[in-house]
Amino acid sequence: MDLTFSEREIAFRDELRGWLAENRPEAKPPADAGDDAQFTYRRDWQRRLYDAGWAAPAWPTEYGGRGASQSESAIYFEELGRARVPFAANTLGLLLGGPTLMVWGTPEQKERYLPPILSAEEIWCQGFSEPDAGSDLASLKTKAVRDPAHPDEWVVTGQKVWTSGAQYSKWCMLVARTDSEAAKHKGLTYFLMDMDQEQVQVRPLRQITGEAEFNELFIEQARIPDANVVGGVGNGWKVALTTLMNERAGLGFALQIRLRQLLDDVIAVAAEKGLLENPLYADAIAELHVRCESIRLLAWKGLTDAERYGQPGPEGSLVKWLWSDTNQRLTQLAVDVVGPQALTLGTSWSYELLRARGNTIEGGTTEVLKNIVAERVLGLPRLKVAA
Amino acid sequence: MDFGLTDDQRDIQRTARDLLSERASFARVREHAEAGKTDAALWRELCELGWPGIAISEEYGGQSLGTIELSILCEELGRTVAPVPFLGGVMAACVIEQAGSQEQRERWLPGLAAGETVGALASAVDGTAELVIGGAEAGVIVLVEDDGAGRIVTPEEADVSPIAAIDPTRSAARVSVADGAGEALEDGCPGLGRTLVAVSSELVGVCDRALEMTLAYVKERKQFGVPVGAYQAVSHRCAQMLLDTEQARSTTAFAAWAADAGEGGTESLTEAAAMAKAAASDAGREVTASAIQAHGGIGFTWEADVHWLFKRAQLDAALLGGAKRHRARLAAILADRVSASATA
Repeated sequence: MDLTFSEREIAFRDELRGWLAENRPEAKPPADAGDDAQFTYRRDWQRRLYDAGWAAPAWPTEYGGRGASQSESAIYFEELGRARVPFAANTLGLLLGGPTLMVWGTPEQKERYLPPILSAEEIWCQGFSEPDAGSDLASLKTKAVRDPAHPDEWVVTGQKVWTSGAQYSKWCMLVARTDSEAAKHKGLTYFLMDMDQEQVQVRPLRQITGEAEFNELFIEQARIPDANVVGGVGNGWKVALTTLMNERAGLGFALQIRLRQLLDDVIAVAAEKGLLENPLYADAIAELHVRCESIRLLAWKGLTDAERYGQPGPEGSLVKWLWSDTNQRLTQLAVDVVGPQALTLGTSWSYELLRARGNTIEGGTTEVLKNIVAERVLGLPRLKVAA
Repeated sequence: MDFGLTDDQRDIQRTARDLLSERASFARVREHAEAGKTDAALWRELCELGWPGIAISEEYGGQSLGTIELSILCEELGRTVAPVPFLGGVMAACVIEQAGSQEQRERWLPGLAAGETVGALASAVDGTAELVIGGAEAGVIVLVEDDGAGRIVTPEEADVSPIAAIDPTRSAARVSVADGAGEALEDGCPGLGRTLVAVSSELVGVCDRALEMTLAYVKERKQFGVPVGAYQAVSHRCAQMLLDTEQARSTTAFAAWAADAGEGGTESLTEAAAMAKAAASDAGREVTASAIQAHGGIGFTWEADVHWLFKRAQLDAALLGGAKRHRARLAAILADRVSASATA
């Protein structure tokens, strides 16, 4: 057992830390500067990462990455979190789209799509969930049929929801039903849909924080060439699973560090106000501290055990659940510690309080995660409810 | 990073599990618990195998292995709630070896390593420890006060009144000593890091077994035509039990590693041990209570074996301070850190 980083990992970390220290992004645009300003800011930041070879270290060198190990990739995200830099504009492309293509894409697709993901020239979004298909994703209804007049083109109609960054995206990872006769999971196909067509309408989805990270997509007979099918017609579910598996992997390490930083911020305010001497606050803060450290330990254990032994352990499913619950408790406690500022619009405290409500829902609801733990980790039977 | 055990450590774990599953079945636990007796034959066997001295230096008759190895044995014993006085002895030995004088070490450690001397350790307030696990049969008791002062007492020097604690797998006693009685540990008890790792590890084992039993039960027990484990209220409860256990496990493993690796020095171990004890104490109580609940009516019977785990968890959770006490210590550490960086 050795819970330190190897020399190689330390060197990797220090190199990145050094670069980040010398290359800090400029100040964030103010909250009221609008979404476009925020997007441009993140895109510029990704370009700087890209120019320095730091946009996607986990990608193989042949695709523009550094071939970093999983541990190094986790360190990468921890350091980005620690440096409090923004997430790259094309995070979905870097973390989901790119890796999915690496597994399922043809050589031509990889050559065509991977470079502009890295450079942020082409932004990617995810078209999975629908108003009627959230946790039950496989029941999705967006339909794609071959155009009888042009059989190498697909015509797609449907609706997608929770699509972040759609308004800036060039490509959408779209899962659509191509065979209504087949069983639910087997009639799906994974496409790359060009967002630059009138047939795809993007409507911002305003969330409780006031802004619109997400969008609804209204797709009315949009066109997708056959060449943009990923992984083969009818294989969409498997390809989608690859995407979903990547969803939590890297980002989680940055989010954990952010959690730690937020906790440290709360502790600092509590100390200033003498609240650390109040046993109720002390107890609540210490509990969050224990959870924070547990999350980090479980995440690293999950990653290194999988790397070493191949078999994923229980940690993967547990970490997101624990992180989201802890972030909600922390941001709630922050209200008690910080006071009315935390309930005032425009402060980071109030933003985090509201935004945290989404953590237990996005990327797999806590209810679904518990089902996954129960069924796949603990081997408990699943209850079939008669429809 | 590598959270895995070495081959030798895995061997210790496997051997311990095989041995105890055979020799410390619930039937044997029940037999001895109901009689209020140590399983002397098992204890003798564990002593012959050198278990009590696993982390004591060879210089004093131990095996010179580390906190990780000790943690493994504690966890396995926790899984079986074996009715043997192991924990008290290893905790007393940890403190005497770390804080005792050469003379004290030479006097007490060989007996503890051989298991010939039964040991105990407890927190005391002004010389009185209200509930000392193993106190009724201990030949040496280490009492630790809140301010870190510690002393070694023998039953002859103390007022030892046996208590019938709710956990009948080990004896208990109230121990009271007069001012100045016993022998002071000159360096005080600088940190009870390794002793906290030992009890936290035992709690992890208890949790692990509670979850294992629960899963077996809810897969088997049918109501309304299906195994009750298929109902989300039950399956989600089990998922929570796993989450709680894994938090305890990871923080305890970290503390065990920190104790052996010496990384970050004693401060790091002090913090790690407090985190482990806090997480493991809460987990122990929650998970075993949940196990009773998931077993339904059966869980509430004397005849089912779930209650041994609940009772052991209760005693261990309270030993050397429960979760709240250790969180208070953590809060103090965090507060100090803030002051230190403010003045830096």
